[in-house]
Amino acid sequence: MKIIVLAKHAPDPQSEVGVAGDGKSLSLGTAVFDINDWDRYAVEEAIRIKEKMGGEVVVVGVGKSEDTLRKCLAMGADRAIKIPFDAGLDAYQTAEVICEAIKNEKFDMIFAGLMSQDYNNSQVGVILAAMLNLPFATAVTSLEIGNGVVKVKREIEGGYQEAVQLPMPCLLTIQSGINEPRYVSVMGIKKAKTKELKEVSITPKMSTVEVAKMYLPPVKKAELITGDPSQIATKIIAILKDRGLIG
Amino acid sequence: MKVFAVAEHRFGELNPLSIELLNLANKLGESNAVVIGKDVGKFADELAKYADKVWKIEDASLENYNPELYIDVLLQLFQKEKPDVVLIGNTAQGAEYAPYLAVKLNAPIVTDVVGVNTANGLVASRFVMQGKIMVDLKIKSMPCVLTVRQGAFKEGVQKNGKIVDAGIKPSVAAKRKFIEYVQPEAGEVDITKANIIVAVGRGIEDAANISLAEELAKALGGVVAGSRPVIDNGWLPKDRQVGISGKVVKPKLYLALGISGAFQHVMGMKDSELIIAINKDPEAPIFGVAHYGVVANLFDIVPELLDKLKGK
Repeated sequence: MKIIVLAKHAPDPQSEVGVAGDGKSLSLGTAVFDINDWDRYAVEEAIRIKEKMGGEVVVVGVGKSEDTLRKCLAMGADRAIKIPFDAGLDAYQTAEVICEAIKNEKFDMIFAGLMSQDYNNSQVGVILAAMLNLPFATAVTSLEIGNGVVKVKREIEGGYQEAVQLPMPCLLTIQSGINEPRYVSVMGIKKAKTKELKEVSITPKMSTVEVAKMYLPPVKKAELITGDPSQIATKIIAILKDRGLIG
Repeated sequence: MKVFAVAEHRFGELNPLSIELLNLANKLGESNAVVIGKDVGKFADELAKYADKVWKIEDASLENYNPELYIDVLLQLFQKEKPDVVLIGNTAQGAEYAPYLAVKLNAPIVTDVVGVNTANGLVASRFVMQGKIMVDLKIKSMPCVLTVRQGAFKEGVQKNGKIVDAGIKPSVAAKRKFIEYVQPEAGEVDITKANIIVAVGRGIEDAANISLAEELAKALGGVVAGSRPVIDNGWLPKDRQVGISGKVVKPKLYLALGISGAFQHVMGMKDSELIIAINKDPEAPIFGVAHYGVVANLFDIVPELLDKLKGK
């Protein structure tokens, strides 16, 4: 079973992020970067399948992805392909360079995270499926491999799931929580150093969208309760009593 | 501008987001609704109240949503009708097939759109960084595909559109097969019926700390719920998840501890009567929906709350 996994090196939205001086890009000075959370689950799922069935896991990173690709190799992926081009918010460009990089790989499945934690586009995986004319399913929460087919459950609204079956090769985007991703072991890190990390330079031909403006959203702000922890707790309790929520 | 909005339905119900798509369509120009399924007459009647024209695409094979068949029939329609803009709901269904359809239409796509401006070409607004930052994206060519966030286009006009049979049948056999819908498992606690919810997010840091939230919920006479990271980590069962893919709750009090406020979570709790949020990050989007906010570490505040509640 040969599985290609897309892994993005992405800033954590919980860290301090802002808008850069040009008003068109993110300011990520102190942001913490790591493997995109959804991709972490996708890599883990691919490695589990390889451990069970044999085969190969190839991770592909676009942009500044070296640290994340090394992490994936340390988790158990077999080799990595790095494409240095950073497409920003244009998912077409990201998918196009990935498509070019993997078109000669004879894979059974491609896994992508459901979305990236920075841009939240949820596009690259499905656009790639379209470029390769692959059957696909998104937001996969469990999967079971049979004879040339994969049965998946995908998340829909309200706690429901939809069970579908796809032939291979196919592309799946993985929802978080599908498994419990492993920690990287010291042995894994040592092994990763000997694994192949190939860099390929590809520039996309198409361009579909451009950032006109980036800004902080206008939001209604909550009334802030301030003070030391004891004062804050007293104020919260006063609000709850006032509303009749506690006696 | 010629706009096509693809309606969505499941379990015999029209998704109300379909009407919101038509609100946006009417704002942009000529509004066309498309409804796909086995027997879609009643959905077409409802959509006609808000659209200039409704296109029915009916076939027995379209009974359950299948992205390959949806894309196939929509391509047949759009090749004839040449839309400028295609609107699709940013849902589990719409967000799945829209990017694929866009590629086959050779069209730019923007997902999870909350605003559209046509003053200078077509510009679509969306959030990035889980709601912290907004971006305006200029779309470089037409036609384009937009997936639209629920709640972004609630206001609209009434119409009395005509309904036509598009006369389109699927021309391909889908490789992907629908098997069944799987119902959520029923848990011991029904969070949708609770008056008081203490909800925890990633800020709770560890499974062991859930007990702190449980203690607080007990003292307040409520129940504990969680956001996606907490459920993904297995710290709370799936039936305690608040959000689009979990439960929608409307308690009298929603106390959000260490929850950043990703859109998917907010959609599940924004209508709570009183929302108090405690979070370390002053820029967390949860403070945009909360009535009261505390910028602090929850581990500094919750023990104080417990002491005071017990000592009352």
